[in-house]
Amino acid sequence: MAVYILRRVIYTIPIAIGVSIVCFLLIHIAPGDPLSAVMPEGASAAIIAQIREAYGFDRPLPVQYLKWLGHVVTGDFGMSITTRRPVLGEVLPAVANTMILASTAVLFGFVTGCVLGIIAGYTAGSLTDRAVTAVAVTGVSIPHYWLGMVLVVIFAVNLGVLPATGMGSGGSGNFALDWASLRSLILPAITLSVIPAGIIARSVRATIAEVRKHEFVQTLYAKGLPGSRVFVHVVKNAMPTVLAIMGLQLAQLLGGSILVETVFAWPGTGFLMNSAIFNRDLPILQGTILTLAMFFIVINLLVDIAQTAFDPRIKRS
Amino acid sequence: MTEAAQKSLVQVEHLKVRFVSRDMDVSVVNDVSFNLERGEALCLLGESGSGKTVTLRSLIRLFPRTARIGGRIHIDGIDVLNLPERRLRQVRGSLVSMIFQEPMTALDPVFTVGEQIAETIVYHEDVSQADAMKRALELMELVQVPSAKRRLNAYPHELSGGLRQRAMIALALACRPKLLLADEPTTALDATVQIQILLLLRELQRELQMATIFVTHDLGVACEVADRIAVMYAGRFVETGTAVDVMTSPSHPYTEGLLHSTVHAGRRGQRLDPIPGSPPDLTDLPAGCAFSPRCTYVQDICLAAPPEFRTRRQDHWVRCVRQPELANSEAPSLANGP
Ligand SMILES: Nc1ncnc2c1ncn2[C@@H]1O[C@H](COP(=O)(O)OP(=O)(O)O)[C@@H](O)[C@H]1O
Ligand SMILES: [Mg+2]
Repeated sequence: MAVYILRRVIYTIPIAIGVSIVCFLLIHIAPGDPLSAVMPEGASAAIIAQIREAYGFDRPLPVQYLKWLGHVVTGDFGMSITTRRPVLGEVLPAVANTMILASTAVLFGFVTGCVLGIIAGYTAGSLTDRAVTAVAVTGVSIPHYWLGMVLVVIFAVNLGVLPATGMGSGGSGNFALDWASLRSLILPAITLSVIPAGIIARSVRATIAEVRKHEFVQTLYAKGLPGSRVFVHVVKNAMPTVLAIMGLQLAQLLGGSILVETVFAWPGTGFLMNSAIFNRDLPILQGTILTLAMFFIVINLLVDIAQTAFDPRIKRS
Repeated sequence: MTEAAQKSLVQVEHLKVRFVSRDMDVSVVNDVSFNLERGEALCLLGESGSGKTVTLRSLIRLFPRTARIGGRIHIDGIDVLNLPERRLRQVRGSLVSMIFQEPMTALDPVFTVGEQIAETIVYHEDVSQADAMKRALELMELVQVPSAKRRLNAYPHELSGGLRQRAMIALALACRPKLLLADEPTTALDATVQIQILLLLRELQRELQMATIFVTHDLGVACEVADRIAVMYAGRFVETGTAVDVMTSPSHPYTEGLLHSTVHAGRRGQRLDPIPGSPPDLTDLPAGCAFSPRCTYVQDICLAAPPEFRTRRQDHWVRCVRQPELANSEAPSLANGP
């Protein structure tokens, strides 16, 4: 087991390096000159060359990459072009805010998805099953920013029971564990949870229905076990597949949603990236994407390890 | 209770099983009756699709909701078909247990063999997990699994097919059942392993005085383990008798066909004659004898109504109208082949 985990951790290193190269190149493949934002208007060729040299843009790409990587591993992601503050100082709070939103959405989405999926999986082929599947498909197909706006219209504008946008009490941007902050969380979290709920409902349903067809389930009933105990076996068998899907959804949510965070003015990574794109603030964009990509890698690793805890067959292959 | 103890262990009367759903209504077992004494081994023989598995599963009502069961089944005095769910669970795995065909898929892949055996014991008896594991180890030794202790902590995929089936048998024996149901327990195994498992089952069955119902389509298996044989065709018993009687003087044309179409010790070196025609379509059975479309002895009388059982000799019954004539005039051909 320990060997397996170690091997999995080592496998992630080349992936992480690959991702960092892509993030580094982002600056160079983005349309336009990355320095145009800092160039003074009408600068002479000599000044342009000077600035390029100052930023190290005159060196060969591999050298630039290694220098950049050296800074990144010490937490130096460069300066934001718009705010002139260190990128890390902008990205970290945004990541924290997105995590608050994402973990709430994960809670809503996974619980709803699992409950619906289990009901449908246990009644596969019945009317209930078809109704649940219809709900799940609808959930996956609704554009979530549109759903977000509908929810705002209903609960904020018409009923006036929940705040329309912003995070924390009065949209202050400071999140605390109080009622005002939690209220600001409800609408964006529900909006974000709908798609994962639908996806998880469908995959849980498919996996549970599949597992229940296996002959060992007959053996369990033939042993005289009650349905509740058989359920434990079914769930443990379904777990690796479901975990993989959950990991993907979790990673996606932690990445933040540009659309939903913008609709609700939630100051997370999606919101940050949106404004970075508008301001051509490439360092911020690069820093955010790099941070999120590392999150993806870590979550994938955790899911892989968790899967082996449920299925002894995985370790072998 | 004493009265029940004197009666046969298993009494099945007029068992009927239908599967009914929106797009299907098919009778797969029709009026099956038999008794089984304590410690006796009965073999259900027949082509695949003849209803052997369904008959076997009826004894513990192991069916999807689409099944409709009729008739009466008593096991050790318990009226199985009218038992509430909770009482039925107490019977399953304890009084009656079952071995499945595919040891590959019949064990849960994500629990160890020991955990699965112990689970049954803990559920049926008031014992601790540790004691149950100890019993599981004894059972693994009983079924002659080498290095039983190590195998106890193995997952099913870490065992060979033969060992897995032994583990399955250990699981079935966990609560000392009085009746063991074995659904083609060796079909999925290699020939050499098949024989080992059969010998083990026969030995255990005699040692533990356990009544057993074997399902098989393999005559060799039937000869090896059965005291009695019941031949099934299209959901009916068409011939029942002691193993010796059925094997030496098969009296239903279908049994005769089976004997001629499979390889077994009694017919070494002789030609194999497959039974002509194809297996019956249960949704569209003929009005008369279900075997009539494939029978070489068919007459008009066979097409009128399904034949009743006739006595061939004591304790040897055949559902064939022409049985008396065939038994007398054509006995040599029926018994020894053309
Ligand atoms: N759950 C079920 N639903 C519908 N039909 C079934 C079901 N189980 C078995 N059958 C049908 O019952 C018939 C007898 O099956 P089975 O008892 O498994 O045959 P055997 O074990 O002799 O090969 C087959 O035609 C099969 O298709
Ligand atoms: Mg079968």
